Amino acid sequence: MSEISNPDDDMDLDVVEPWLLPLDVWHRAKGGRMVEFAGYMMPVQYEGIIAEHLWTRENAGLFDVSHMGQLFVSGEGAEAALEAVLPIDLSTLLLGAVRYSLLLDENGGILDDLMVARWAQGFYLVVNGATKWDDIGTFRELLPDEVTLNHLDDRALLAIQGPKAFAALDRHVSGEHPLSALTFMKGGRFSLGGVEAWISRSGYTGEDGFEISLPSEAAGHVADLLCGEAEVKPAGLGARDSLRLEAGLPLYGHDLSSETGPVDAGLQFGVNKRRRVEGGFPGAARVQADLANGTARRRIGLALEGRMAAREGAKIFSGNQEVGIVTSGGFSPSLQHPIAMAYVDTALAAEGTALSIEMRGKRLDAKVVSMPFVPHRYHR
Amino acid sequence: MTRYFTEDHEWIDVEGDTGTVGITDYAQGQLGDITFVELPEVGASVSKGDSVSVVDSVKAASDVYTPVSGAVSDANAALADQPELVNTDAEKGGWLFRVTLSDPAELGGLMDEAAYKVYVESL
Repeated sequence: MSEISNPDDDMDLDVVEPWLLPLDVWHRAKGGRMVEFAGYMMPVQYEGIIAEHLWTRENAGLFDVSHMGQLFVSGEGAEAALEAVLPIDLSTLLLGAVRYSLLLDENGGILDDLMVARWAQGFYLVVNGATKWDDIGTFRELLPDEVTLNHLDDRALLAIQGPKAFAALDRHVSGEHPLSALTFMKGGRFSLGGVEAWISRSGYTGEDGFEISLPSEAAGHVADLLCGEAEVKPAGLGARDSLRLEAGLPLYGHDLSSETGPVDAGLQFGVNKRRRVEGGFPGAARVQADLANGTARRRIGLALEGRMAAREGAKIFSGNQEVGIVTSGGFSPSLQHPIAMAYVDTALAAEGTALSIEMRGKRLDAKVVSMPFVPHRYHR
Repeated sequence: MTRYFTEDHEWIDVEGDTGTVGITDYAQGQLGDITFVELPEVGASVSKGDSVSVVDSVKAASDVYTPVSGAVSDANAALADQPELVNTDAEKGGWLFRVTLSDPAELGGLMDEAAYKVYVESL
């Protein structure tokens, strides 16, 4: 037998030797199966994807996302300069608040999706691992000289996600404010097991949870502390992918690319209101036109009949007419049936529309459903 | 009954002219949680090396190749409701299909258990 390769899993990277995460030894000691992803050796699973997925939905999973890029933008005029690069309204982003944004090219195509937080001295950004080098290049090109971009590559990033994440993390946190002061998309500075950390109540699983930025050399200590709690088990990339798919959250390089814009991707909220009107960011003309006129296709969710999963690249049909393409798909451990994210012609994007997906010469019946597939349980 | 193995991690138990085929415990471990198994049609004529079955895991789909030529005589109906049998009992209850061998000489090219063990350790 052999794996039917997924073309986008074999990413063409310039680097020959993958980098090791700060927690590389820790993952291996926990039984993590290491695979190359975004240029790093990363744990795809420990005990099994479904077990880790369900554990996270019911308890708490600890994910190492240190491959992601942590950037810091500061200096005179940083706020205005960043607004010239991102379609974000920073005037409404309060100290400690976190917001989702998009890095767009001149044509309004998505170069990356990212998180922006306001720190006292500047703006903290988290970008995707596979795109971080290109992103750094783009920011350096577009930001003026007096604005400084730092790559915080001496910091690890952990995510603790699930309904019991708060209880487990709270036992180890102290600070000026209690951890309970954080609601969804708010962050602050805390001491975590004696380690200085930026903690935000955010994540990419649809569950309540936290993301923790901390010095790389302290990551093992903190991971041990958290996994020492009865509610917490390590969870790998595999579960992270199935969880984010159920949560309806797009993954860059699969569901988003420079071929997709904010409006067809259903990410209008990443273009803040004032900016929709004022423009002044890369690709503004296309985004404004798309907002006014709509787009030819849209990102949607599909629930499939049967148990065979549709995979990225599968063609979607309405009758005999090809009407779209699957961008992410897999078996949903929580729902016990396959689900997929896809782009289809806007006329066929309404909830309840019956479509079929071609997989290995077969047609799988599917229905357009609203996303998230599994309701979000954020702590607002 | 004799058991043979392929380099693609299938096993085949041969009794008379019937071969029972599955994937090895090593293979299921590599694939992870199996969520669906596509089985060949009973009666289908297959040639050694054909992709005749697909094992779907949470992350990816994998082809299963028949180690021998012949006619498919049976498929494991239990896998429709319990695909996870391939994880929990890969080399017994998680069998995939049976073939009536048309050319038993093809078995000569396969590995025995000891050779397969050495092969897996070399990976």
